[in-house]
Amino acid sequence: MGMVTMTELHKYGRTKFIMPGTAACPGCPLQVGMRQLAIALEGKFTMVIPAGCSSIIPGTAPYTAYTVPVLHVPFASSPAVASGLVRAIRQRGNEGPVVVWAGDGATADIGFATLSGAAYRNEDILYIMADNEAYMNTGIQASGTTPWMAWTTTSPKGKAEDKKDVALIMLMHKVPYVATASIAFPMDFIDKVRRAMQIRGFKFIHLHAPCPPGWKMDDAYTIRAARLAVETGAWILWEYNQGKLTISPPSMPYRDKSRRRPLEEYLKIQGRFAHLKPEDIKLMEEKIDRQWDLILKLVEIYK
Amino acid sequence: MVGQVSLAKQVRKVLVGDHAVAEAVKLAKVNVISAYPITPQTLIVERISEMIERGELKADYVRVESEFAALATVYGAAAGGARAFTATSSHGLFYMYEMLWWAAASRVPLVMAVVTRVIGPPWNIHDEHTDLLAIRDSGWIIGMAQNVQEAFDMTLTAFKISEDERVLLPVAVGLDGFILSHTAEPLDIPAQEDVDAWLPPRNPKIPYTIEPGGEAITMGNLPRNDVYHAILKKYMDESMEAAKKVIADVYNEYGKLTGRNYGPLTECYRCSDAKYIAISMGAWSGDILNAVERLRNEGYPIGLLRIRYIRPFPEEDITGWINGAKGVIIFDRDYSAGMGGVLASEISGFIPSNTSFEGVLAGIGGFDVSADEFTAIMREFVDRVEREGLVRIRKYWYIPKIER
Amino acid sequence: MSVAEKLRGLLLSTPAEGAGGRTGTWRVYRPVINYSKCTKCGICWLYCPENVIEWLEDKSVRIDYNYCKGCGICADVCPVKAIDMVKEGVV
Repeated sequence: MGMVTMTELHKYGRTKFIMPGTAACPGCPLQVGMRQLAIALEGKFTMVIPAGCSSIIPGTAPYTAYTVPVLHVPFASSPAVASGLVRAIRQRGNEGPVVVWAGDGATADIGFATLSGAAYRNEDILYIMADNEAYMNTGIQASGTTPWMAWTTTSPKGKAEDKKDVALIMLMHKVPYVATASIAFPMDFIDKVRRAMQIRGFKFIHLHAPCPPGWKMDDAYTIRAARLAVETGAWILWEYNQGKLTISPPSMPYRDKSRRRPLEEYLKIQGRFAHLKPEDIKLMEEKIDRQWDLILKLVEIYK
Repeated sequence: MVGQVSLAKQVRKVLVGDHAVAEAVKLAKVNVISAYPITPQTLIVERISEMIERGELKADYVRVESEFAALATVYGAAAGGARAFTATSSHGLFYMYEMLWWAAASRVPLVMAVVTRVIGPPWNIHDEHTDLLAIRDSGWIIGMAQNVQEAFDMTLTAFKISEDERVLLPVAVGLDGFILSHTAEPLDIPAQEDVDAWLPPRNPKIPYTIEPGGEAITMGNLPRNDVYHAILKKYMDESMEAAKKVIADVYNEYGKLTGRNYGPLTECYRCSDAKYIAISMGAWSGDILNAVERLRNEGYPIGLLRIRYIRPFPEEDITGWINGAKGVIIFDRDYSAGMGGVLASEISGFIPSNTSFEGVLAGIGGFDVSADEFTAIMREFVDRVEREGLVRIRKYWYIPKIER
Repeated sequence: MSVAEKLRGLLLSTPAEGAGGRTGTWRVYRPVINYSKCTKCGICWLYCPENVIEWLEDKSVRIDYNYCKGCGICADVCPVKAIDMVKEGVV
């Protein structure tokens, strides 16, 4: 399968995969990511959405901004609901994609048991964890994927715990496809969704999605922050596809530490890290180095 | 609706209650089953897995990691157009609590067996009705069987009731833990072809299907006005009311199919000339009926009103049967803390103030209450009313003396 | 009316513009395209969270101000800085 290009995407130049006039905050990364998902699947899929920002974004009944069939479900339930849904429709011969579109709280925390169950059963689901790194819908409370030292309303001095590495935990479930992605690299994300959909079984994509109000940054910086996360090496794009783990093209240069942008460039645009001291930043850099070491070792293991 | 149905061919088997429920699931040709073990429910999902392994039932069997996931899975299957079933008990039912409400208000048809059991602590696997009755506000139709045959019949009819276009609410079928679930009794099982003619496959389009390529509908986003929510609850209430007639219609058809006729919401034994009415639900109604027969032999004018469905609440049946009675005695194998017996609490509002009434809390924790004990409790109540006139006892804790 | 029909518009929603309101009124800064600079690359279209930028047949872009919330992502991602954020009400 060839890589997606802007030339190819031009055919969607006037397609409203999400109807304008949503209830999302200005600069919302979830809408950026969901549009990319919809482009990848050509608007032909179904979403199961647990409680979170994406429950509110589509606006109010009798209308919705979402243009595909959607089931809104309780916070912890989406992988299980999607399991039942996909079993039902496959029995009736519908081979279309069933996507769980969930936030980090629903995925890494409250819904973790149902996620683990669906993954272990290798249900034929594409699970997108859109990670804005906190419970944003309820007002920026720390989640399992909030980074170390980030301010939230429940970690006012900075979170003491490290970010939970959900993608690696999913890899250990021995599912056929696991990847990380970023809303700043739509071609990479779209390619990953398309490759994932070639596989019958459980597919998991951890999508990094910087949130302006939650990260205390300018509304316009959503994409800038997501890109800097990759360019500083703080967010590593990789892909595991049926036995082989590779660093994704946008992250390839940053295997070499000297080519990474200074971490401060990523941190300084985010108010949630404003309290960091130089030694904190140094420690954070060490954590990033260790993460690269780990991922590169996995690349060697899953050759 | 099917017109005149011919009597089905039936085979007599001896099965425990859990296996009888599994037979009903097989005959209903359920598409998706989710399973999580909990005593005393586990025999149901074990038997269904055997049926699937043997090729007797073509269905997806999803071994989930919790009861919460069990209900979420069959809910998703129902939203995807499947006929779906799960089973649980006690703590498992409570672990489902959030999904119970979501499933009911989503208005998708579902059937779940609830093998009733005590809620801990202390750990206790024996029979009580508190678990089943704790879901009564959630929007599920709730039935409670008296014997193995009825557990089978109630499960099979549940699919027809739940999927009826006038209802579209999930149905919980209660059966007493161990007393029915693990006790073998003879029952008659109709032939597959006769069930097929009476219960066609589920129409996946009703009330709606969520699937790729389907109509771009979203289920469950916020209402523009909170009044929408009120309207939806009122519609649910209308469907609960409609379900009373649907349950009657379904059992009428089912009676023609099987020759077995039920109440349908309630059944009243020896009530036509009764001055006193006992009220109960579930398996121990058999023992209470024995006690009623003994008291009749002693000259006591008493009958037994057995509740088959507690949701929709059989208000008309209850008021009809207790109208003009001198006294009503209600047996609860459950306890609502700070209130009393659930049946007593719900029914007492319909008992006229000049009618004597006693709510008996018995069998809590699963201890057995014999026909002798029921006889004594009811005799004492009737004697006291006859002796003292109006008696109103909302809670009588029947606790037998034990050695400690 | 059947139960299924009753659910429509209350429990079941259908796609429409403006389901979250006429969000153009939220805007403080208005993105204004400088067509003399624009290279028609479509990057602003690709990243617009609101789906209010259309990438037309001739590859030029057009903004729907009825719903644009004025987040400024389009201006931030534009490789040639062809979009200016202009305060609303300032001519």
